[in-house]
Amino acid sequence: MDESIYLDEARDPLIIAESWMKDGKDVAIATVVETWGSAPRPVGSHLVIDAEGNFHGSVSGGCVEGAVVTEAVDVIGSGKARMLEFGVADDTAWQVGLSCGGRIKVYVERLG
Amino acid sequence: MKTLNEERRARRAAVLVTDLGDGRDRIVREGDHVAGDLGAAIANAFRTGHSRSVEAEGRTFFLNAHLPRPRLVVIGAVHISQALAPMARIAGYPVEIIDPRTAFATPERFPDVALHAEWPEDVLKRQPLDSYTALAAVTHDPKIDDFALKAALDARCFYIGALGSRKTHAKRVERLLALGAGADQIARIHAPIGLDIGAASPAEIAVAVLAQTIHAFRSRGLEAKGAVA
Repeated sequence: MDESIYLDEARDPLIIAESWMKDGKDVAIATVVETWGSAPRPVGSHLVIDAEGNFHGSVSGGCVEGAVVTEAVDVIGSGKARMLEFGVADDTAWQVGLSCGGRIKVYVERLG
Repeated sequence: MKTLNEERRARRAAVLVTDLGDGRDRIVREGDHVAGDLGAAIANAFRTGHSRSVEAEGRTFFLNAHLPRPRLVVIGAVHISQALAPMARIAGYPVEIIDPRTAFATPERFPDVALHAEWPEDVLKRQPLDSYTALAAVTHDPKIDDFALKAALDARCFYIGALGSRKTHAKRVERLLALGAGADQIARIHAPIGLDIGAASPAEIAVAVLAQTIHAFRSRGLEAKGAVA
C-alpha cells in the first residue's frame, strides 16, 4: 500500500526525535512558524537535530538547513530557544538565504 | 513528544500549542475546551489543518495542527468503486475497498487499490474506522453493508453514505434501529448517496460521492454551530 494513512515511521521527524531521546541523545527541533511569499516548506514543517549535527526532515528546500543545524547545536548547548529568520540570499543580515525569494521564520527549541 | 506521537500513531487529531515567548507548550486534543481567542484559533486549526502563529492574551502562540490523513473506506467492489478509487486518491483521500464476494474483489478489476476480499466484520476488526475515515456503502446488500454502517456510526466517521433509493433506505433505517443505532445517529447517513448533481453513470455517481465526502470533511465541526448548508 503506497500513500499509507499511517505515519511513515522511518522518515517522520517527530518519531525520529522521540527515538533519539529514548537513546539518551540531546535533541533540538526546528519548526517553520511563519512564511511570506513563496516558501518551499509549509508552516509546521520540522527539522530535528542532535548534538552532533545529525538531522532529519526539512524547513526549506535545503537552502537554510545548514544554518539551522548550526544554530540548533548551540540551542542544545544553552537550552535557550531561538527564533531565526531567513530572507532572500542577498539580504546582508544573513549569509544564507532562500533563492526562491520568500521569507521564513524558524523556531528552534531543545526538547525534553 | 511521546504524547504527541501517540496521538498521531492512533490517528487522533492534536494541536501542539507553543508559547513563543517562554517556550512552554501543551497538547490540545479535539473536543478539549479552550476559552477565548486562543480557543477559537485552535478550533480553526482543527477544522482546516493549517498551522499558524496567533496573537492572543497579549502573547504569541504557535499552533501546529497534526491531523490524521483522511481516508475513504468503500464497502463494495462494484462499478462505482472502480471509478471512485482513482478519483479519491487523486483528491488526497486514499481508498480501501472491502467486499467478501471474490468475483467482485479482484486485483484485475482494482489495480493499485488496497482491496480486501473479506467480510467488513473481519477487516474492520483489524483496522478500525475512526473520525478521520469516510465510509461509503455501495453493495446494495444488507448482509454486507449493514455491519459496516453501524460500525461507521459508532466510530463517528466524518462521512457516511449508503447507496439505495429512499424506499431502500427506509428499510435500512429500521434494520439499523434494530441493531441499536439511535435515530439521530442514523440521520447522519447520506442516502441516497452523493451530492444531487443528477449523476446517472457509475462514474458520475462516484463524482457525487467524492464531492459529498470532501464537503463533509471541510465542514467538520460546523454542524454543531448550524453553519453548514
